Amino acid sequence: MIKKLAPFIGQYRKYVFLTPVFILIDVLAELSMPLLMSRIVDIGISTRDVNFIVRIGIYMVLLALVGIISGTIFMRLSVVGSMGFGANLRDALFTKVQEFSFTNIDRFSTASLVTRLTNDVNNLQMTFMMALRMLFRSPLMLIIAFILAYNINAELSIVLGIALPVLAIGVGLILRTATRRFAIVQERIDAINSTLQENLIGQRVVKAFVRADYEAGKFQKDNDALTQAFIAAVSIAILNFPLMMLVMNSATLVILWQGGHMVFGNTLGAGELISFISYVTQILFSIMMVSFVFVMSARAKASGERVLEVLETTIDVTDAADLPAEALRPHVTRGKVEFRDVAFKYSRTDTGDDILKDITFTIQPGEVVGVIGGTGTGKSTLVNLIPRLYDVTEGAVLVDDIDVRDYALEDLRAGIGMVLQQNTLFSGTIRENLMWGRDDATQADLETAARDAQAHNFIMSFPDGYDTQLGQGGVNLSGGQKQRLTIARAMVKNPKILILDDSTSAVDSATEAHIRESFYHNLAQTTVFIIAQRLSSVREADKIIVLDDGKIVGMGDHRTLLATNAIYQEINQSQQEGVLAQ
Amino acid sequence: MTEARNNTRKPTLPAGGGQPQAGPGRGPGGGPGGFRGSFQKPKNARKVIARLLGYLRRRSLLILFVLFLMLVSTGSSLAGNYFLKPLINDYILPGNFSGLLRALAILGVIYLVGTVATYGQQRIMVQVAQRTTNTMRRDLFAKMQSLPLRYFDSHTHGELMSRYTNDVDTLQMALEQSLVQLISSSVTFVGAATMMIVLSPTLSLVTGTVIGVMVLVMRGLTGRIRENFLAQQRNLGVVNGYIEEMVEGLKVVKVFNHERPAIAGFKERNETYRVAATDANFYASVMFPVMGNLNNISYAAAAMVGGLLSVVGRFDIGSLAAFLQYARQVGFPIQQTANQFNAVMSALAGAERVFEVMDEPSEVDEGQVVIVGTTKHADGSIEVNRNGSRPTHWAWQVPQPDGTVEYVELRGDVLLHNVTFGYEPGQVVLHDVSLYAKPGQKIAFVGSTGAGKTTITNLLNRFYEIQEGSITFDGIDIRQIRKDCLRNSIGIVLQDTHLFTGTVMDNIRYGRLDATDEECIQAAVSANAHSFIRRLPQGYQTIITGDGANLSQGQRQLLAIARTAVSDPPVMILDEATSSIDTRTERLIELGMDALMKDRTVFVIAHRLSTVRNSNAIIVIEGGQIIERGDHDDLLLQHGRYYQLYTGQFELN
Repeated sequence: MIKKLAPFIGQYRKYVFLTPVFILIDVLAELSMPLLMSRIVDIGISTRDVNFIVRIGIYMVLLALVGIISGTIFMRLSVVGSMGFGANLRDALFTKVQEFSFTNIDRFSTASLVTRLTNDVNNLQMTFMMALRMLFRSPLMLIIAFILAYNINAELSIVLGIALPVLAIGVGLILRTATRRFAIVQERIDAINSTLQENLIGQRVVKAFVRADYEAGKFQKDNDALTQAFIAAVSIAILNFPLMMLVMNSATLVILWQGGHMVFGNTLGAGELISFISYVTQILFSIMMVSFVFVMSARAKASGERVLEVLETTIDVTDAADLPAEALRPHVTRGKVEFRDVAFKYSRTDTGDDILKDITFTIQPGEVVGVIGGTGTGKSTLVNLIPRLYDVTEGAVLVDDIDVRDYALEDLRAGIGMVLQQNTLFSGTIRENLMWGRDDATQADLETAARDAQAHNFIMSFPDGYDTQLGQGGVNLSGGQKQRLTIARAMVKNPKILILDDSTSAVDSATEAHIRESFYHNLAQTTVFIIAQRLSSVREADKIIVLDDGKIVGMGDHRTLLATNAIYQEINQSQQEGVLAQ
Repeated sequence: MTEARNNTRKPTLPAGGGQPQAGPGRGPGGGPGGFRGSFQKPKNARKVIARLLGYLRRRSLLILFVLFLMLVSTGSSLAGNYFLKPLINDYILPGNFSGLLRALAILGVIYLVGTVATYGQQRIMVQVAQRTTNTMRRDLFAKMQSLPLRYFDSHTHGELMSRYTNDVDTLQMALEQSLVQLISSSVTFVGAATMMIVLSPTLSLVTGTVIGVMVLVMRGLTGRIRENFLAQQRNLGVVNGYIEEMVEGLKVVKVFNHERPAIAGFKERNETYRVAATDANFYASVMFPVMGNLNNISYAAAAMVGGLLSVVGRFDIGSLAAFLQYARQVGFPIQQTANQFNAVMSALAGAERVFEVMDEPSEVDEGQVVIVGTTKHADGSIEVNRNGSRPTHWAWQVPQPDGTVEYVELRGDVLLHNVTFGYEPGQVVLHDVSLYAKPGQKIAFVGSTGAGKTTITNLLNRFYEIQEGSITFDGIDIRQIRKDCLRNSIGIVLQDTHLFTGTVMDNIRYGRLDATDEECIQAAVSANAHSFIRRLPQGYQTIITGDGANLSQGQRQLLAIARTAVSDPPVMILDEATSSIDTRTERLIELGMDALMKDRTVFVIAHRLSTVRNSNAIIVIEGGQIIERGDHDDLLLQHGRYYQLYTGQFELN
């Protein structure tokens, strides 16, 4: 995982490489302190050399200043490096997500993608920051302090040889158990969160059925389970500290005993003894720091996995590798659409039934095509194959007699306007939203499209007209207005093929009829696909494709179908009596 | 996006303890350095603390014991450091080794006591913190269930979820660690300072000066940190919002070839955030080397001046060694307190937000009238069931002013009289609405979205309180009926159905908890849900997760109908489906709904012609007022709004 994530350090590499240099200076400055202090005690005081004491004292202060400077620098370096890493990672993730095909998008929920780009990346960058500091500082500290301690007195260092492994093994064992138990805590947290969320979403149901007490009982079970798991985990984790104190204090006692003899025997200075204890403390403390980094990385590991999952997602709809040079690439010029023996399932490995099968038809440029059928019969899937939002499993889709896979995705989609069922608008003005269709569209272009989509009038009814600010997702518009805007947005594109996926469901029949009229007059050169629930929406189409269970069960104009097609007749009948108003 | 983010909370391993007081000569500088980037303050700290104490009171003995242990551990660490003086002066330098052994034994005991006390204190605080937050979560949940729907309308799910997760968690962390540390830091500071003065007032003056500088630096830095973290937070919000919008609309981005502008827009915002995050984290981190090395300067000054004093014979090596330990110990709390103080403050702010929810007014329920099971005799008289058997009929038990009770048969007679209502003060959603439904009648509401159809049904079971007018149920004002009884007598099927984690059977039984398996299956059969349930992998024992994500929308709706069917209420409210469900399932749902409507008073928000046509009365609502009423034929003849709706000339959404 580290290997995969490391490249994202990118241009901040120099900060990351320089960090250990200043950490080394910082550690050296810091570790010199006890040594210098011991010289004051052992040499300065015993020889009563005032100048010596002052000189060493000044050295110490200077070293502390060096420590401040080097510390500040390495903190800065590590922060710039790690925050830069985070920013690069976020950029890469965002770019990757933008490349996602519809299949890829369907696999992740929006909430989960947002979490990966925010919380998970933040987790990783903070861990990286900590690791950058601790993983260099602590081992350096440990090694140099050990060398210094050894230099003071090799014999006393044996104590360290025992204390060090004891502490390391102890901490390791504690960490292992604690990590396992914290994993359980995480599960319980997930459980409690989902109970909570369910209660919030279904609050009306809980109230309508008077189930507050029942729900409280369920919640308390989760709550107690969480508390238990927490206590079990934390109780182990807090053993770390007493363990370290025990080891450190025992070591100190032994050193004081052994060292005391040496001081009396004049083979060790009293100051040296004190500084030796300082080093022991620092060495043992370093181990704790390293363990801290391990704890953090364990948490970051999950984040790393989630981030990598996005980064390593295979984009299944991409430009062909052998695409010709840009000038030679095909463009959509007429709007002819042909399906040849198309079969489709969302996943090739899926053993289930095809979503679409045996689909073959040809639509001439400028024709208006209705697609009709029940939910789940594959209507949306069918039209999604035209702009290659999904790739066919078998057969081929051709636009202007060229396989859609032989276009550059960008060129293909530039020629196709599409209004999705999920008609998202973006925060910004109405104008900005319409300009998504074509970024060089003039006001006149926008107005033409808006008129065709029956949106111009209501846009002008707003005080700011085309400059009206839309909230996120167009919250301040009605459903019908939103749909008309999304239709206009697609029309601004001036596409050769226009696809409307059930996008007039909230528009009243009269307005819808006006929109349809524009298909025949102003957009006579455009091939139009209309998916609809209402038969009235497709009645006048040149061709109507009737889908049932992924297969074409009828194709023709309204009159022919009504006369010959049983399923079409059935739909027609049910709508005559069934629908008041949708 | 009201959905709460995945796990806003993460369990945190308390790393390394971070207690400064124990063990001699903890190395200065460069601590683990996690600065918690939250700068929240409670609005009224005193009040919050008082209330928190209420929660802690039931564990006051434990807490007193913790405080005692804290004093012991802090005391032992102070004492352990002081011990260096006699150790060096009296035993090591003169070579008194039997004395040294004795002294070391005592020191060992002091260390041990300190260690045990520290562990004990942490262990108990874990219990206290966990039990306390458990109780708080329980109370919060119970409170949440009692809140009126109005509250849920004006607060996002994320907001409420974060009370349980972020706020309760911060509090838990603070209780587990920061609170005791904050106190023990202060005690350590005072203790170490006192010991230093005892050892050498002159030397203390030197160290004191450096400590003064530390405090000043600390102050300056804290301000900077706060400022920068706020800026970081703001920029993070911008980045998150952008990600959310662009990911949400990703399919549109693709269809419009808009990837490049989207990426460019992101890069710009991401860079701004990077700069802000860099500054914020820098100021937070730089505190550690700066404070650590300032502490080193105080250490150096003490060593130098102490050395000089020793040369002139006014100090000794043992005292110097002890003093140097204290010099280190005294600086540590200064670094730590800022962090701990912040943690405690944001915990208090979190607790305050939790208490705010707890202080929200609950649903008003002053109803005295309750439902009782009855048996109806052949002569029409009713008798109250007292033996607990499932009754055939129900009655309202109405207390009379003279202390007696009167029984009124539950028939399902509903009357709205001049009802005026608005969700917000000043806003009128329903204006002067009057209507009645006789037992067994079917009333259909028709009108555009936002006209007030759902609102009327919301008022019937008192999801919201009406501002003017009255609603009566069998002649009793619904405000006099206890809410649970009222709601139990009204079944409701919402258009967007919600299911709960559990088996299919559990979800049907939700309608009546004491229903047997057979009754649940019977309900499923009558609701037309049986056939699809049987085809599920585990039939009625299939586990439903994530609000029924493993079922289709139509199947969820069928289950919801079965759930209401099993509760068998005298009055029903149905919100018919408008969403695009395939025709087969739609047909099943219709049949299920029709079965449910039989022999009951039904209010239905109608979208289907067949429902409307068969209703006893159709009520056309527009702009919160009843504009037309009558049966199908009447209304068509009127050539009014109903006629327009019917012929599809009017936009409904």
